[in-house]
Amino acid sequence: MKPVNVDYLRWIVFLPLLGAFLNGVPGAAIQRVAGRKAISLIACTPLLIAFAISVRAFVQLMQLPAENRLLLDHLWTWISVGSLRVNVAFQVDPLSAVMILVVTGVGGLIHIYSTGYMHDEKSYWRYFAFLNLFTFAMLTLALADNLLLMFVGWEGVGLCSYALIGFWYTDINNASAGSKAFIVNRIGDFGFTLGAFLLFWTLNNLGHGTLTFRELQEHAHLLDGQMIGSMSVATAVTLLFFVGATGKSAQIPLYVWLPDAMAGPTPVSALIHAATMVTAGVYMIGRTNFLFSMAPTTLHVVAWIGALTAFFAATIGLTQTDIKRVLAYSTVSQLGYMFLAMGVGAYAAGIFHLVTHAFFKACLFLGSGSVIHSMHGEQDMRKMGGLKKWMPITHWTFVLSTLAIAGFPLTSGFCSKDEILWKAFSSEHGSTPLWLVGFAGAGMTAFYMSRQVIMTFYGECHADHHTQEHLHESPPSMAYPLVVLAGLALFGGLLGWPTALGGGNRFEHWLEPLFSHGGHGGHAEHGSASMEYLLMAASVGCAAVGFLLARAMYLTKTLPVDTFANLANGTLYRWSYNKYYVDEFYAATVIAFTMFLSRVSSAFDTYVVDFLVNGAATVVRTGSWLNGLFDTYVIDGTVDGLATVTLGVGSRVRQLQSGSINGYLYVIAVATVVILLYRVM
Amino acid sequence: MGLTHYLIVSLLVFSLGLFCVLTRRNAIGVLMGVELVLNSANINYLAFARFSSGGYDGQVFAIFVIMLAAAEAAIGLAIVLGIYQTFQTIDLEATETLRG
Repeated sequence: MKPVNVDYLRWIVFLPLLGAFLNGVPGAAIQRVAGRKAISLIACTPLLIAFAISVRAFVQLMQLPAENRLLLDHLWTWISVGSLRVNVAFQVDPLSAVMILVVTGVGGLIHIYSTGYMHDEKSYWRYFAFLNLFTFAMLTLALADNLLLMFVGWEGVGLCSYALIGFWYTDINNASAGSKAFIVNRIGDFGFTLGAFLLFWTLNNLGHGTLTFRELQEHAHLLDGQMIGSMSVATAVTLLFFVGATGKSAQIPLYVWLPDAMAGPTPVSALIHAATMVTAGVYMIGRTNFLFSMAPTTLHVVAWIGALTAFFAATIGLTQTDIKRVLAYSTVSQLGYMFLAMGVGAYAAGIFHLVTHAFFKACLFLGSGSVIHSMHGEQDMRKMGGLKKWMPITHWTFVLSTLAIAGFPLTSGFCSKDEILWKAFSSEHGSTPLWLVGFAGAGMTAFYMSRQVIMTFYGECHADHHTQEHLHESPPSMAYPLVVLAGLALFGGLLGWPTALGGGNRFEHWLEPLFSHGGHGGHAEHGSASMEYLLMAASVGCAAVGFLLARAMYLTKTLPVDTFANLANGTLYRWSYNKYYVDEFYAATVIAFTMFLSRVSSAFDTYVVDFLVNGAATVVRTGSWLNGLFDTYVIDGTVDGLATVTLGVGSRVRQLQSGSINGYLYVIAVATVVILLYRVM
Repeated sequence: MGLTHYLIVSLLVFSLGLFCVLTRRNAIGVLMGVELVLNSANINYLAFARFSSGGYDGQVFAIFVIMLAAAEAAIGLAIVLGIYQTFQTIDLEATETLRG
């Protein structure tokens, strides 16, 4: 397929960079001179224009024949070493088109929301500079036409997440949460890099060393039969890529950074959770799906990791009391669904869920931000309740998004999640256990989301009197994005209306050119339409049970709250509430081992390295001492001796020169007489 | 009165001049001794010119010597004045700064 060359894609990437530069470098001065309005303008305008350009690219893409949908904006050759050519080039194909629309669209709304949320922030400019930089990195990641440029964006979002999560860096907890995100991601990135190296190396040995996605796809078939050890290269590469994806997209075992990422400002959480960073792993697998399809083992691993993450994160979400933490585990869980979809080869379904999740999760996070804003920073749901009457817009948008995430029929979340569950059940790589785990997760999602809505917006208010007096709806800059996102969460499902409901799933057809290679993927389905209806009904029923349980426990109180908490002597509850002690487990194993290693290294440094260095110093000192003796006694002795001799001679000779004129005259007279006498005789 | 008498007078004057030069500690005295030495030389010139050659070369030399003596006296006195300004004395024993 021959790409259509265009020259405007670069602006999608560079406009946010320009915004980041303007706000980042002279930002403090701009804020002082022109005020926060100017900063907001500099930050939001690039996103809006970038969104407009993305729409234009999307429209142009639609007008091309389905098999030829690829726009390429080649800027320059970045690296040219040996057979390796890496270009700075941006490409828009159906997949990256979806991605940039989400990033600039949802990201833009989050920018607008931030102008309200962060209004009283002192370093307003710094916040927006990082926010723009974050978007820039994510767009680079999405638009890159090769692995290396993608890696630039990949690292960029990691860096920006560090800066934004630790935005209020004067609090040590926030700073360390930022570090945690950065370091955990670094572990994943290591896998990603190794995978890219291995892929390039293997292809290079076969005469087609390249990192460009199009060429990789073209030559991927060469990997067939290539082995490294007892593993096929395709499996090794994709497993390593998947390690990278677990880091970015917060999957077992590297999900621990995401819940802590709550330390940052709430809109940042929304941006990380919904539109950018965590979707990077899913996107990357979608981008390299031709490799994953060659490695059934990896797909199996991806599917199970995804399903288990979806399940366990949901169980943790059941008991959390921090409004943002519930949402954080919900994100981990929903990402698990995306990976489940990827793992069963239903790439389109995974990406579809990525999009709908961006809508409702952004809305939920911004909604929680709105609540926190109104509650003066209070995040504990036990101290909320009854906020419905003070915050109608936040309440309604939050409820709509909750319906979407819980899989209420016909909302966006319903469409995408049921697509995933159906594919997990029916596709070639899927199985009933996978479906069951995802199914159970869906029920829990409905429960903890309902619990959250009820604890926050219904019942009586548990806030103290002072806070209650100041409860208020958020300003328009915050409320309008919520409304837009709630609308998208509600109707976003129309993008990929399931075939079983007479829709034809346009979303899947849109992505078909990328995912339909080799006959793999979500098409080799077994199971019938009636089966699909049955599963749909089952998951709706499961969600309804979850909702009813939450209602009974928290709203009508017909069921004691402790009913489930006391199961197995409360052990299950305690484990869930303490997040299965995973952080403690890491602290006791990985971190303790690292600390031990550092102590050993330190001892080695003190006793071995220092000993060697000090020994060398002693040898040198002795040598120089001997050298000094030689200098003092031999060389100086010679020089001084010469001087003494000269002085002695001088002191004798100078007697002759008495300065007495009479004396001289005597000498002259006597000498004359002597000479005369000598001449005469 | 012959050449011998003149030479004896000249010898006496020379000896007195040399004695004066060698013994005076006063710089002016030394200069005066030098004048005597020069005068004894002049006497010799004139005497030898008168009794031996009979020409004028002896006189010419004598006039040169007188001129030199005058020049020397001028320079010598200037040096003495310079020494006085520096040391506040013209005692030659006291002005031994130049000794080695």
